[in-house]
Amino acid sequence: MSKLQQQLEAGKFVVTGEIGPPKGTNIEPVLHEAEEYLKDNVAAVNVTDIQTAVMRLGSMALCHMLIDRGIEPVFQMVCRDRNRLALQSDLLSAAALGIENVLALTGDHVVMGDHVQATPVFDLDSVGLLAAISNLEAGTDMGLDIKGNPNKLDGVPKFFKGCCTTPCSPTPEAQMIKLEKKVASGAQFVQTQAVYDPGAFENFMKMIEHIKVPVLVGIVLLKSAGMGKYMNRSVPGVQVPDQIIQRLTDAPKEDRAKVSVEIAAEIIRQVRPICQGAHLMTLGWDHCVPGIIKQANLT
Amino acid sequence: MNATEPKPTEEILESLADAKSVFIVGCSGCPVGCDVGGEKWVDEMTAAVRGAGKDVTGSALIELLCNKALVGIKLGRIVEQVTAAEAVLVGSCGVGVQAVGNMVARRTVPALNTICLGDYQGLWPGEERCGECGECVLAYTGGLCPITLCAKSLVNGQCGGTGDNGECEVSPDHPCGWKKIYDRLKELGRIDDMRRMIDPRDARKRAIPDAIRRTTRYALEVSEQEDPAPASEE
Repeated sequence: MSKLQQQLEAGKFVVTGEIGPPKGTNIEPVLHEAEEYLKDNVAAVNVTDIQTAVMRLGSMALCHMLIDRGIEPVFQMVCRDRNRLALQSDLLSAAALGIENVLALTGDHVVMGDHVQATPVFDLDSVGLLAAISNLEAGTDMGLDIKGNPNKLDGVPKFFKGCCTTPCSPTPEAQMIKLEKKVASGAQFVQTQAVYDPGAFENFMKMIEHIKVPVLVGIVLLKSAGMGKYMNRSVPGVQVPDQIIQRLTDAPKEDRAKVSVEIAAEIIRQVRPICQGAHLMTLGWDHCVPGIIKQANLT
Repeated sequence: MNATEPKPTEEILESLADAKSVFIVGCSGCPVGCDVGGEKWVDEMTAAVRGAGKDVTGSALIELLCNKALVGIKLGRIVEQVTAAEAVLVGSCGVGVQAVGNMVARRTVPALNTICLGDYQGLWPGEERCGECGECVLAYTGGLCPITLCAKSLVNGQCGGTGDNGECEVSPDHPCGWKKIYDRLKELGRIDDMRRMIDPRDARKRAIPDAIRRTTRYALEVSEQEDPAPASEE
């Protein structure tokens, strides 16, 4: 059983981190950050899968390298780039490499990234991907043998399966229904889209009270007021309240990182009683992770 | 012409499970050529629906269901029969099912699957588009096609890319298909339809079946649509 699953099952308030693979083969900087700032501070580290459709080194390779360094990874998988053959094959490969946590996501559309001419695949959706993972765990794949029976696997993988939801979506009820379907298809934990409005998050958590899986609130470190404005303008399902943007605007440049950490820690302190953990997305500012954890009183 | 094939009767009756009364609309355009339209089809469906213990409030046969204005006029004349029903069963391609859904404030249920003919969209299409996926899900999506309306053709609900104004992440001009479906289901009082698990698509049904490609009709229609290629002078 993965450390992430153990800690969530033990009822601990769990913190996860996140790294993005580089565009190129220069993996040392990101691995160094993970070892230096995440290893001893978080239960597991998500590795993004061609995040925002910008071509990068693969998630599985970096997950494997984290394991080599004693860091537990969460292998993110999106449905944008692989059909059901490749997704299932990569799941078997991941299991063989010792990867235990998987996060199943739809994935941003290719037009959001830097290869807008690419074919968007979406052969499976996130619900279908979770069902496929559960299927593999039950020893069968999605195909059929000549008699029409599901193909049997020689060696069966076991994962701790996660999914995402967007608490501050303009249609929270639609998000809730999709989350119900993800959990019915096998999702065992949730890491949410970024939350800046504890009130909206609380409303959503009340709405999904009947869905019995641990939820890790998504915390995206706001590096500047400009980033807050950009997120309000361009990132669906994320609202940064004006007063947070104002605090960053008012902060002198040298204090900005300090204020960013304060804001993240405040949100965690506020939502801690109503969720089971926090997923920290620091977007390269991994050195802020220890500070967030300390100020959020999570040590 | 749009090619269609009948859904199994059990599947149709399952999607009508919670409807006590049904109005039936047939298309006497393309489906007739596939033997799934016309009066005979309406009579067969009426018998099947009645046989399942449901009330048939009426039926209509319309020349081309893809022509939304015509659908509006024809159904407008018998609006009491239509609105007396809890669901409207439609025997046409996906364009026709959506056109009917846009004209009547009732749940529309497809009786046919539209087979891929290369994205041909009927003779009089409006804004409705059919993905010709061969596994029509309009019964559970408020009569709005997630294959053509959602940028990712998702079948189990919206992703996280719905903006504050209901726009899709791909463009401010592209409304989120699942937001539209959600709003329509809300209007129809049928939010539970979103809870239906839809299986991954069968890509074979999306391809133009060889059997159709080999028909003379297909050859004629395709050659009619394509401009004759200028003679090459290699």
